[in-house]
Amino acid sequence: MKSLLAAFALTTALTLPDLAMARPVTLTTTLNDYGGDGAYLALYVTDASGDYVGSLWMAGGKSKYYKHLTDWYRATGGDTAQVNGITGASVGAGRTLEITLDLADALFEAGYTLHIDAAVEDMRDSPNEVAVPLTADGAGTPVRGRRYIASFAYNM
Amino acid sequence: MIRALHRWPGLLALALVTILALSGAALSVFPAAERIGAPQAEAGLTVATLASRIQAAYPGVEQIRRAPSGRITAYWFDRGTPGAAVIEPATGEGVASADPSQVERWLTNLHRSLFLGDGGRIAMAAGAAAMLILAISGAVLVARRSGGWRHWFARLRGPLAGRLHVEVARIAVIGLVLSSTTALWMTASTFDLLPDGGAILAVPAEVSGETGFALDRMLALGQTPVAELRELSFPYPGDATDVFTLKTDRGTGYLDQGTGALLACTDLTGWERVSETIYMLHTGQGASTLGLVLGLMALGVPVMGATGVLVWLAGRNGRPRIRGSQPAGRAETLLLVGSESGSTWGFAATLHAALTGAGQGVHVGPMSAFAPERYSRAQRIILLAATYGDGAAPASAKGFLDRLRAADRAPDIPLAVLGFGDRSFPAYCAFARSVAAAAKAKGWPELMPFDTVDRQSPQDFARWGRALGDALGIDLELSHRPVPPKTETLTLVSRRDYGAEVQAPTAILRFAQPRVPLWQRLTGCGFARFAAGELIGILPEGSTVPRLYSLASGRSDGFIEIVVKKQPGGLCSGQLTALEPGATVTAFLRRNPGFRPDRGRAPLILIGAGTGIGPLAGFVRGNARRRPVHLFFGMRHPGSDFLYGEEISAWREEGRLTRLITAVSRGTRPRYVQDALRGDAAQVAQLVRDGARVMVCGGREMAAGVADALAEILAPTGLTPKVLKAEGRYVEDVY
Repeated sequence: MKSLLAAFALTTALTLPDLAMARPVTLTTTLNDYGGDGAYLALYVTDASGDYVGSLWMAGGKSKYYKHLTDWYRATGGDTAQVNGITGASVGAGRTLEITLDLADALFEAGYTLHIDAAVEDMRDSPNEVAVPLTADGAGTPVRGRRYIASFAYNM
Repeated sequence: MIRALHRWPGLLALALVTILALSGAALSVFPAAERIGAPQAEAGLTVATLASRIQAAYPGVEQIRRAPSGRITAYWFDRGTPGAAVIEPATGEGVASADPSQVERWLTNLHRSLFLGDGGRIAMAAGAAAMLILAISGAVLVARRSGGWRHWFARLRGPLAGRLHVEVARIAVIGLVLSSTTALWMTASTFDLLPDGGAILAVPAEVSGETGFALDRMLALGQTPVAELRELSFPYPGDATDVFTLKTDRGTGYLDQGTGALLACTDLTGWERVSETIYMLHTGQGASTLGLVLGLMALGVPVMGATGVLVWLAGRNGRPRIRGSQPAGRAETLLLVGSESGSTWGFAATLHAALTGAGQGVHVGPMSAFAPERYSRAQRIILLAATYGDGAAPASAKGFLDRLRAADRAPDIPLAVLGFGDRSFPAYCAFARSVAAAAKAKGWPELMPFDTVDRQSPQDFARWGRALGDALGIDLELSHRPVPPKTETLTLVSRRDYGAEVQAPTAILRFAQPRVPLWQRLTGCGFARFAAGELIGILPEGSTVPRLYSLASGRSDGFIEIVVKKQPGGLCSGQLTALEPGATVTAFLRRNPGFRPDRGRAPLILIGAGTGIGPLAGFVRGNARRRPVHLFFGMRHPGSDFLYGEEISAWREEGRLTRLITAVSRGTRPRYVQDALRGDAAQVAQLVRDGARVMVCGGREMAAGVADALAEILAPTGLTPKVLKAEGRYVEDVY
């Protein structure tokens, strides 16, 4: 399990004044057996109008492959500063990525959507593999990705 | 130095480099297979037409990709389920699964990272670096061994392992340099060490907001041939702000889904193009034939690895170990050796030990590694030079004279040259002499006058050593004991006697081949590999000085045969000619690579007298390819010393021998072999004009007479024995 305390600083208006307004959230992503090398995953948040707000996690260390995370790459212009300090290894087929972050309360019930883009070498790019609205009710409800992700859930 | 740079990376990285090469060779097959197997688009097909066909077959199409092999893959969603297939461009229908090959994926991961992630990638990059160092240092060594880059494909001599190592290397080196440099580039790119990431094209903020413009009416797609396509991504269904993304060989562009207009585009950067070209060169994706060639060359690596280890092991055994040789840049005394068979290295070892004992810093190396610009601390250079054949450079001195002659000026470091040779040969120390003469001509200062050592004489060497000691102001006592060659015991199987009636008692002695251990068979050491014309050294009882005889048989004949004439008072010939079947002698093999038939098909003219028939008979016996052979044989009396008389008629019937011309020196009209040549002048001249090769074996006087006779015979043709010698078409083995 990866645990991060306040490492996540949203780039625009959502920086955290203090930790009392945040809560720990565990993001669990399980991949299916798609029969390829480790997947690159970008977890990020957009606001109600669909604009990029900030990144939560980048699974995959080599920035030259980020262009295959198409939506994230378009939104950020491939800016690696967006994932500084929140980058880990790529996730193998059938494996689970579990990360715990302190997320600002203001992100919930406010029209924000959590997205995951996925890419695997020599296989199709899968932008917007998962898109789930961040709500208190939605917590703990697993959703299925389009191609590589067998289930994704966030728990508070 | 270069040799160490070749040896140690080779031995240390052997396993890594072998895995790299084998997996790389296996991977090289995939692009070619894909190229053959992929349905290709018809010429002139545009992306617009192709995309329309695919969209008709798969309305939920999301992305179309074209691999460098021409294979087109489409990805789509159908009622929430992703699908993918390899597309037949003519119909737009899927024809095969788009799943990547698991074998290829496994091999790729082995090849680039040993399944060990980034650590494995770095290890494999180190393997590629080792391969590059090996290729470059090996190329330098090959050039040095063959006497310069111009002689890259020169014929090789020596044991099989060494020849195989160089033969494979000469061809494979170019591929290995290419594969290893591109590998290092790709690793650097993977680790973001190169600025080849490419420009980022921002998504246009302004779009028409419309959807559903027909693909076949989009101008940009209609103008792009499928051959240039890399990827076409479709907008998200229902998202009017999204765009088509088109990637081609030239760059990336965005197309409006409502109007088909090209909204923005960008070209590939120079770095990206370079990286893509390097990727293509390394993987063969887009250059599958080159990939196969590189894969084939990579297969040479395990061969070179195995032979390289054998060469290293054999070298450790063959040459005396010289301990404590200083680096060339730090030594006061440079000791450079020109040796063919290795015995001069023994003298160098003795001198090195004595000088080191006297407190000197001494570097020992081959003359071929002569590099005066590196000798920053040197106060003297000593050359120990043997001679190969008639004054040619011995193996470890290849290129020395060329380099000296090409230099602007000789070094200021005083020089001593000591020649090693055999006074019974006219070209006594000829190579060392030409080195000394060339040095003088260049104005190289002299440390000591030129001197020689006759037949590895320890006395000569000690005398020269005292003179060297005087010149250096130290007490130098050189007591050289030659390393005794590794001998075998040979058992006589049979003997045939000739010539007793003409006062020339001669015997053809046939010995059984000794049992050869596997190790020797692989390295070609000792009696594992020998050919007619090579030499056998026999140590007579009661003496440590060996006598050399020419071999009349090769390994494939299954026996060891020599022809020996009893010399009056001769110790060794006396013992040998008295030998009875079942008795044994102590012997070793001495290479004589200069005296053997070449591999061509041109006629051979073999000329010999007396026991000189031995190796020539061996050549005829081994002439399985029925090459035209003309044998001139001088004897005393056909009734007494017609050596190999019975076999010769059989060989003629079998076609191994074209013609026999004899000369009989006893009787009413004495005739020598040179007279027989003159009598056959017209045909001999014609044969030589047609490219025949002349091989002479026998006594010194006979050889001189033959050379004179040939000079006369060839005069009308404008050729001389000297010219033929220079071309390697006239070789002698005289005693």
